[in-house]
Formats: sequence, C-alpha cells, structure tokens
Amino acid sequence: MPHEAVDDMYREEILELYKSPSNFGELKNPSHKHTSYNSICGDEITVQIIVKGGKIDDIKFGGSGCVISMVTASLLTDKIKGANVSDVKKMKGEDVLSLLKSKLTPSRIKCALLSFEAVKEALK
Amino acid sequence: MKITNEIAKQIKKDFPIFSHNLGLVYLDNAATTQKPASVINAVKNFYEKDNANVGRGVYSLANRAMKRYDQTRTVIANFIGANSGEIVFTRNTTESINLLAYVISKIIPKGKDEIVLTEMEHHSNLVPWQELCKRNGFKLKFVKITKDFVLDMKDFNSKLSDKTAIVSIAYASNVLGTINNVKLITRLAREKGAITVIDAAQAIQHIPIDVKHLDCDFLAFSGHKMMGPNGIGVLYGKKELLEKLSPFMFGGGMIEKVTFNDASWAKTPEKFEAGTQNIAGAVGFAEAINYIKKIGIENITGWEAFLLKYALKRLNEVKGIKTYHPNSGEKVPVVSFTLDSIHPHDIAEMLNEKKIAIRAGHCCAMPLMSVIKANGGVCRASFYFYNTLEDIDALVDSLREIQEKFK
Ligand SMILES: Cc1ncc(COP(=O)(O)O)c(C=O)c1O
Repeated sequence: MPHEAVDDMYREEILELYKSPSNFGELKNPSHKHTSYNSICGDEITVQIIVKGGKIDDIKFGGSGCVISMVTASLLTDKIKGANVSDVKKMKGEDVLSLLKSKLTPSRIKCALLSFEAVKEALK
Repeated sequence: MKITNEIAKQIKKDFPIFSHNLGLVYLDNAATTQKPASVINAVKNFYEKDNANVGRGVYSLANRAMKRYDQTRTVIANFIGANSGEIVFTRNTTESINLLAYVISKIIPKGKDEIVLTEMEHHSNLVPWQELCKRNGFKLKFVKITKDFVLDMKDFNSKLSDKTAIVSIAYASNVLGTINNVKLITRLAREKGAITVIDAAQAIQHIPIDVKHLDCDFLAFSGHKMMGPNGIGVLYGKKELLEKLSPFMFGGGMIEKVTFNDASWAKTPEKFEAGTQNIAGAVGFAEAINYIKKIGIENITGWEAFLLKYALKRLNEVKGIKTYHPNSGEKVPVVSFTLDSIHPHDIAEMLNEKKIAIRAGHCCAMPLMSVIKANGGVCRASFYFYNTLEDIDALVDSLREIQEKFK
C-alpha cells in the first residue's frame, strides 16, 4: 500500500464530512431497517429506509464507528437517495469503495462496507 | 548490565526488523515481539545443518535433531524452575489451554463443577473453558476488577468455594498491564482443592517466573511473545498431574506400543506431542531464552518499569487521554488508552502513517471492554526492552497531532 494513499484517507474533506455527515439520524416510519456490526472493532451502523414506488424515497443512518465507516455511510446514503431499489441491489462493494476516493488498507475495507451491508440487508 | 536508553538503542540493532523498516516505532509487543538475529539464525542453521525428524531415525542427523529438541526442553524447564519432563510443547498459549481443557476432567474430583476465571481474561483463557462447561455442565464464575483495574480479591474469595474445580487466570493482563498476585491466588485455590492454571502469555517475557515458587499446577505461554519463532509454545504441568492426564491428540510419536486394535501411550511429556513437532521452532525458542538470559530478565524488568513510567507520564500530559491502567501494584509495560472520542482504529491508522505500530480494538478481550466501558475498543501501546524513550515521544507527539486534526 503506497504511503500517500493511506495519508489521503484522513484528508480535510473526509474529516469535515466525519464531523458533519449527511443523512445522520433517524426516520419516523422506515419501511426497511437493518443494523450491521463489525465485531473486530465494535462498530455498529443502523440504516433506515423509506421505499416508495420502487425508489429510495428517504434514508438515514445512525450508530457509531470510525471515520471510514461513518464517512462511507454518509457518501453512500447521499448516492442512493432517490435511486431505484433494483439499481441499489445491483451495486457492488467496489462501487461503494470508489465513493471514498482513497485506497484502503485491507483491515479497513470491512469498516468501509459496513453501511453497504446494512443497506443490502435492509432491502432484502 | 543495567539497560539505559543508550543501551536500548544498541539492543535494537540486534533486531533485523528495524534495519529493514527504518523509522519503525514498534509498540505492539503484547501481540508479538520482534526476533533478534541470533534466533533467526538458529532456525536457519538448524535447517541448514541439523534438520531431521526426531524420535524416528537412528542416523547421526536424526540424533542431532533429537538432541537439539531435548535441549530446548531443558532450557525452558530451567528458565521457569521446572523439570524437563514437565514441559509439553504446543503451538502457543491458546493450544496449551485447549489441550488442558480437553483432558482436565479426568483429574477433577466428583462434586466440583465450577471454574473461576477473571473479567480480564484473553479469549484464549475464556472460550476453551466455556466449551468445557458446555460438555460437562460446569459453571463459569468471573472475579471482578476494581476501579483501579486490579483484581478484587474480596470478590475472588467470595467466588472461590468447595465446588471450585479450576482457577484459571492471567498472570498479567494483555489490556490493563496488571500483574495479578498469582502466588496468593494459587495458595487460596489450593486450600479449596482447586486445580490452578496460569496464563503467563503476557508475563513470561517481562518478569522472572518460578513455577515451584508459584506452586501452580499448570502454566501456559507462547514462544513468539518472548522473541521466539511462531508456532511453538509450552504447557507446563506438575509431573504427577501430567502423568494422570490422557493425551488429547493421537498418532505417531505419542505411542508406546500399537496393535491393530489398541495402543498404549508414550511417557509424559511425549504422550501429548503427537505428530511431527516444530523442531526448528523449538531450537529458535531456546535461542530466544538464551538471549533473555544474556540481557538478564531483571534488567529487562528494570528498563521496562522505567519505560512504562515515562510513557504514563507523557501520555497523561495530553488532555483528553484516558488510560486504562492501574495506579498501584505491579505492572507489565502495556498501556491501553482512548483519546477524546476518536475511534481507536482511526488513531492506529493515523499513527501508521508515522510508522508507529500500535494495537486498536478489543485486543481479544471483548468482555473486559464492556467492564471498563470501552465498547469501541481501546488503543494499546505495549513495550519491550528494545523500546526507547524516543519511541514514546514519537507516539505522544503524533497523538497530539491527531487530536488537532479532529478539532
Ligand atoms: C493474556 C494472553 N493469553 C493468551 C494469549 C494467546 O496467545 P497465543 O495467540 O500465542 O496463543 C495472549 C495473546 O495475545 C494473551 O495476551
């Protein structure tokens, strides 16, 4: 893993997003909901979704975790809000990782994919 | 020779990892220690000059290999005040405890069905006993820790009873650094007729251990945490107890006589060592102990106490650091901490950018994390005698920078 890439992980914009993430909080009447855990570090993310007409009408996430898991959750929820559920279901891990625009060390990939896992489970 | 900061810097040069990774600040010694060139060379030399399987050949090479393997048993036995017949080779502490948990029922008197552990156990000294409980219908009891992160001896006394079959505790905690009063605990347990098991994985590399003095029944440790190779560990057991136990793995090397329908076992300790053993690992392990002896375990203890004091002082200068470490009593050089509400993984990752290696997470002690209310895990810096004051300065300076970034 090149040194610069890891450094990149904690760049200003990422840390700013960590301090004030999008879509953080709770929904009143979610139609879909799931909590995923990362047993390695104790991270926990709950995703709440309202699906209307086959689209993600609204989505919020809550819980606690490291910069990587929280920031990815913020980016992911922004990305899929308004999207077709069928398209979201087709998304792959790499699509989510590419949102971060940083290379991750192997141990952090699980952190980054935690919210994605919760979304997929919620939509099952 | 007493170790000073200058001497520690010299000692570091014995460890090739630091010349291959310039600037590396290695503070994850509780996970595994680095290896001196002498240990690496011992393993290499064994394969180059003496390699053969042991206990099977009559030729000179096999005899030499056998001799090296047996010598290691003696070196280890001398190191902990045991007899060589009381040293069973395993892969690591985890295997040692598993071995015991598999076979120990045989020596537990009827009517005893409780196992006393503590809240500070590593998963290795917890999960094997949980499984034994599932098999035998035994119950687990956990001795509490106090607010100062030491064992609550009052609670220990209340958990101990005539029903106690086994008391199994960590000599030193891999998270808190606490050294437990193993001698006292062993004595109290014995008064109740309980079998005593000591998980010495985090103690043996730091302090002198004498099993006769401790009077414990069993003691487990890993070579890799004391500069030895991976995949070689020890289960010490009192001779008369090992003799009563049945083997838990069967096959070559552990038998006396085999017919098509039955077999009898070799003597202790060989009856516990089925299959081809990690002979090169054992040879390297002996060399690691020789290295410790050359430095002097007392000198190691002394320098580490100095390092630990310095580390605690410097860490506590940083506002927002919370340490999970006792203020009183004896300790190994392991300090767990959190910084503000920054996730430990982020801290470890950012320290990695500065070539500083620490552990982050639950450190294989998930139940303890909830007791000390660190559910997101902790950061853990753990030292060995090749660490220097500069290593600690690098850690603390970087922690301050990380803290700034999150402000
Ligand atoms: C207290 C304690 N017990 C047991 C172990 C397990 O050691 P190993 O992984 O070598 O089996 C460790 C390792 O971290 C430990 O710290």
